Amino acid sequence: MTSTQRARLSDHVATGILTAIVAAILVALVAIILYILISGAGKAFDISFLTGRPQQFKEGGGIGPELFNSFYLLVLTLLISLPISLGGAIFLTQYAPPGPVTSIAKTAIETLSSLPSIVVGLFGMLTFVLSMGWGFSIISGALALTMFNVPILVRVIQQALEAVPRDQRDAALALGLSRWEATVHILVPRAMPAIITGVILSAGRVFGEAAALIYTAGQSAPVLDFTNFDLTSASCPWNVFRPAETLAVHIWKINSEGVVPDLAAVSTGTAAVLMICVLAFNIIARLLGRAMERKVTAE
Amino acid sequence: MTLDSREVTPEAPAAAMGATTAEPLLWTKDVTVDYSGKRALKGTSLSFEAGTVTALIGPSGCGKSTYLRSINLMNREIEGCVIGGEVHYHGIEVNNAETDTYALRKQIGMVFQQPNPFRKSIYENVAFAPRCHGMTRRSELDELVRKSLSAAAIWDEVKDKLGKSALALSGGQQQRLCIARTLAMEPDVVLMDEPCSALDPIATFAIEETIRDMAERGICVVIVTHNMEQAGRVADRTAFFLLGDMIECGPTAELFERPKDKRLEDYLTGRFG
Repeated sequence: MTSTQRARLSDHVATGILTAIVAAILVALVAIILYILISGAGKAFDISFLTGRPQQFKEGGGIGPELFNSFYLLVLTLLISLPISLGGAIFLTQYAPPGPVTSIAKTAIETLSSLPSIVVGLFGMLTFVLSMGWGFSIISGALALTMFNVPILVRVIQQALEAVPRDQRDAALALGLSRWEATVHILVPRAMPAIITGVILSAGRVFGEAAALIYTAGQSAPVLDFTNFDLTSASCPWNVFRPAETLAVHIWKINSEGVVPDLAAVSTGTAAVLMICVLAFNIIARLLGRAMERKVTAE
Repeated sequence: MTLDSREVTPEAPAAAMGATTAEPLLWTKDVTVDYSGKRALKGTSLSFEAGTVTALIGPSGCGKSTYLRSINLMNREIEGCVIGGEVHYHGIEVNNAETDTYALRKQIGMVFQQPNPFRKSIYENVAFAPRCHGMTRRSELDELVRKSLSAAAIWDEVKDKLGKSALALSGGQQQRLCIARTLAMEPDVVLMDEPCSALDPIATFAIEETIRDMAERGICVVIVTHNMEQAGRVADRTAFFLLGDMIECGPTAELFERPKDKRLEDYLTGRFG
């Protein structure tokens, strides 16, 4: 066998193995997704399930409050974590002088981004629920999710900013712009498509998070009255000091201690809704990223 | 007029120029550059008059770009880089902590080796910085954009697509847009770091014409080039750098025809570099 033949053969073998690995992963993933969607579809597209109240003992419960809680927690978490992450990433990429403090900060962020979420949850319970005395509440949950989300967002935004060619910053500085102006007017807009994509993808993770919320936002979903705007009332949806069970926590709870007769149906239905939402986030992230890219390049 | 700019003294820079009695627009005395403690440029003293083009030539790594990036203090943006010596601009020494580098760079423009337009429309590339600096009236900006693009000889090519992306332009057009963007700041000094090295001969010719134009309108142009023919075509004066040292400086024709330093002669005859 000549060396060319050998090279071609090893190329074929490598391609074959890699294709097989990808196919195996794809089959497993698609199977899981299809299984959840098919077994949960009946409930997931049923309006009374999506808007109804959960039941403790009899069948026919819905996930209305859980669905609302999930989105409300997500929005609050993003409102808190996005400005912090953006500021942190801008500081780390543009201002931080290289040195021990900066490298410790970077290492800390990397470590935090792989922190098990149950640890974040227990930390949140000790700090926000008990020490701060906020109890099982939306605000405790949102802050725990922020702890969980900030390191990931900082890294995503940092990478997006670092991917902007250095000559863009040089050009802005050479025109007499300050570092801040160069960052705000040139670097951030240029990095925005990647930032938006990263934020939405991280939103998918936050949306599906359960462990960090079990001990912070709690496992009960008070009945919500959307006409109630008394922010101190437990039934006011916008009250951040009320407990709030989310979709992911609901799945965990009914499977671990639920007694409703239609437990399996509620569980798969909730899982399907959760997955459709996360899937939608991913698709929106991709479309929005592409649209933004077109807009900033002015094409 | 023969001069070795290294003899220029702060007391009598103009006398050393042998021309006018006024102080040159821009002059440096013993400018050095250190990267993390390593000297990249030895003490360099040169002076530059309004309305002239000065070329900085020499082999790669000789310190010519490093020197250029010291004039507008751009080297300060590089971590671990220290500029020493004095840079005098309009009679003021600017290489010190008090200098407002943002104000300085509004007046000393810079064009880079790779065309680096912003990822914005052609119009915004020119109007963006003036707007940041406080020019907000649309009519004023419109006029400035037209004037700047005309000065960079690209107006006719882009006037019908000002809203289009600057990235859709060819390399040569992008570089002229970058020149227009710099001219929009109405600088009196423009520093150019091998502005044609990424361009084809036709685009290069267009840029060279623009450079001569700029000098005729009173701008002081300092251009780094590795192309000696280009120095011969555009530069009134030329300075030769080697290994972080400014070796010889003089009127371009004289420098090329009668080099005084053996190393310059070797370089010109292609024996190295």
